[in-house]
Amino acid sequence: MSLNIIVLAKQVPDTRNVGAQAMNADGTINRSALPAIFNPDDLGALEQALQLKEKHPGSHVTVLTMGPRRAAELLREALYRGADEAVLLSDSAFAGADTLATSYALTTAICKIGKYDVVLCGRQAIDGDTAQVGPQVAQQLGIPQVTYVRKVQAVEDGTAIIERAIENGVELLKAPLPLLLTVDGTASPCRPRNAYRLLRFHRAATAQEQAAEGYKYSAQAQADEALTIKEWTLADVGGDASRCGLSGSPTKVKAVTNIVFKAKESKRYTADSEQIKSLVAELLANHTIG
Amino acid sequence: MNYYSDNKALQHYLRHPLLQRIVAMKERDYVHCKEYDYAPVDFAEAVEGYEQVLNLVGELCAEYVAPNAVRTETEGPSVENGRVIYAPGTEENLQLFRQAGLMGISLPRKFGGLNFPTAIFTMIQDVVCRADAAFGNLWGLQDCATTIYNFGSPEQCAAILPRICAGETMSMDLTEPDAGSDLQSVRLKATYSEEDGCWYLDGVKRFITNGDSDVHLVLARSEEGSVDGRGLSLFICEKSCGKVHTRRIEEKMGIHGSPTCEIVFDHAPAELCGSRKMGLIKYVMSLMNGARLGIATQSVAIAQAAYEEALAYARERKQFGKTIINLPPVYDMVGNMQARLDAARSLLYETARNVDMNYQFADLARERTLTPEERAESKTFSKRADALTPIIKGMGSEIANRNAYDAVQVHGGSGYMRDYVCERLYRDARITSIYEGTTQLQVVAAIRYATSGFYTQLLQEYLAADVPAALQPMKERIEAMVAAFNEALDKVQALENQEALDFLSRRIYELAAYCIMSALLLLDAAADEELFSSSLARFVAIAESEVAAHTTYIKNFTPELLTQYNK
Repeated sequence: MSLNIIVLAKQVPDTRNVGAQAMNADGTINRSALPAIFNPDDLGALEQALQLKEKHPGSHVTVLTMGPRRAAELLREALYRGADEAVLLSDSAFAGADTLATSYALTTAICKIGKYDVVLCGRQAIDGDTAQVGPQVAQQLGIPQVTYVRKVQAVEDGTAIIERAIENGVELLKAPLPLLLTVDGTASPCRPRNAYRLLRFHRAATAQEQAAEGYKYSAQAQADEALTIKEWTLADVGGDASRCGLSGSPTKVKAVTNIVFKAKESKRYTADSEQIKSLVAELLANHTIG
Repeated sequence: MNYYSDNKALQHYLRHPLLQRIVAMKERDYVHCKEYDYAPVDFAEAVEGYEQVLNLVGELCAEYVAPNAVRTETEGPSVENGRVIYAPGTEENLQLFRQAGLMGISLPRKFGGLNFPTAIFTMIQDVVCRADAAFGNLWGLQDCATTIYNFGSPEQCAAILPRICAGETMSMDLTEPDAGSDLQSVRLKATYSEEDGCWYLDGVKRFITNGDSDVHLVLARSEEGSVDGRGLSLFICEKSCGKVHTRRIEEKMGIHGSPTCEIVFDHAPAELCGSRKMGLIKYVMSLMNGARLGIATQSVAIAQAAYEEALAYARERKQFGKTIINLPPVYDMVGNMQARLDAARSLLYETARNVDMNYQFADLARERTLTPEERAESKTFSKRADALTPIIKGMGSEIANRNAYDAVQVHGGSGYMRDYVCERLYRDARITSIYEGTTQLQVVAAIRYATSGFYTQLLQEYLAADVPAALQPMKERIEAMVAAFNEALDKVQALENQEALDFLSRRIYELAAYCIMSALLLLDAAADEELFSSSLARFVAIAESEVAAHTTYIKNFTPELLTQYNK
């Protein structure tokens, strides 16, 4: 049985390699100082999708991202690794979205794609770290969801058998299709880019990129549908503007503070057991641990 | 980390003017793009594609292959029931390279390959071997498929080449216990069965890299009663026949990740590759030339890895209140490592381009008759490839050893410990001047190009180019070295004594090599002063002192000296 699989992916600043210029004075992220990368958990989701495709020949993997136009880079990366089709959801109306508005926008795009058996996404993005978008999309689509997925073992007779990472082990679950899975960091790492696909898909571009000066693969793009990255606006997906972007976001940021730890705020403990006990008690009291 | 993007020299060679011609020939003026969705539309796209693939390899090598190298070496391969089990790290690397589509780099697209020119394959190999020379061997053996492409039947190509591109591995089974450097003594028996309509192989091969490969190229004696190279033919034997077994894996000094096997052919069915009796004299010579360029590449890659390790350590280590890179005896070593590396790499890519042009003409000749001009040109490239390959194989491997030695020296006591990468490089480097023809055999292959005046003529051509005024003094110093080389050569030839010539040939060879490497580095510096002129200054100083040493030896030499050696 072939499957229609949608992978949700996000281009994020590389917060794993934060340098001195990473934050602006006002506490916001200085995106120009941090390279934009494929959110790591989303790469894990893509790998699960590609493994499913291998097990179910004829399956189709579509990668969907919402973001500014440069997020087309992320879609090309997904094509290099094995995705069949790429969709960029991009509109100024989506700007400033919190997780609810984001999941609404993604849901409208998924509905426009139409057929899907499995929606895969990373557990969370390394910039916001909310882990909310996946579950919210499942809710809005009205389909079951399994979070913290480590591996999709098998899909048969309209049911998926899934390994789910839990605190002290692995849970084995059975869930009906269509369903949404959020993949966590314990899943297999994503396969590398493939040389043949690099040579073919470095020509992949949105209509706007294709129209730009210097794009010389129009003939190839006309002959090879996969070379066109679909770019959809709010109007294309028929969304309700009031539920998108800032206006659709109930989350309001009150303030962002840049905290710099100073030496005088530090405390010193010796290795003596009384001191360690008092440290543990303090950490429990302020909910750092426990 | 990325082993391509951090290597400016490789990026420089990707932009060499001759590459434009090589690629145009390889791509048959870019007609393939109509048939294959991954074929380039023009030169610019081809180079962009090479660069993207090099970046991919650079990333995989820095992030996976290099970190895997330590445990791959410790775990090592093992043999069970006649089958080799790779170290887990090797298996992971292979899986990664298969997924990345890097197993059929230079094979034509109709067999599922990437159709990259040899010069680009060389760059990829340069990156891979820097991360792990042992893995570089296994991966690099894909190049044996070129021999099947060149000499095998269309049926053999169609049956085997797509499997190589998909990731099956190869081996070239030449050496036997009594046939090492002297391959004419190969005894492995090939007998033709009229009844079964096929050949059978019986016997033992030794020191076979990746001896449990999927597809073996085997040199065997097909002509019963013959004793020399003319009785040998080349065969293709498949692991799937179940009649080739690995008896043992050698315990080596280095390149532990690469299994070196003793294998037994127990009436193994095989197919003849090409024509009978041409095994050694034509096919293995071609196979070995490719393999020698491969080892030269591996050598340059090890020389690079050794330099990187030494530099990083010397910049970090403090003694006597300062970082040791600031101490003259240390920066002398580190700086000269880089100079030798750059000089060797310059010669490596000059060789690769000539080999490539030679291949392109040979491949074109399969499709149509070459014009007289093309034939003449093809001959020029072929001769240069033959003359330069033994120089870079020999000198490259000696430089790899020298750099590995100095890298350990820069590390001091720590370098002698397993904890540091330089210790492995030191052991890995050692084989490069031995396998695929020892340095001494490279000298034998090269010397005729010295005595015929070919190197002298080549040097004249290199030095005819105009260089920026700032490099003019360097050029003059190189011209003086060339004059000293020619003088020494004349002196040796005037002796008219074959044994004296054989005895002195290593020195003549090195004189030619130092002159050629200096001249090529000068041309690179002329194209990119910022990148190469500092290495050039250091290398010319080294070369001059080596040239002086060899010319002094030759000047003072009399054949009487030969009688002073114990034999």
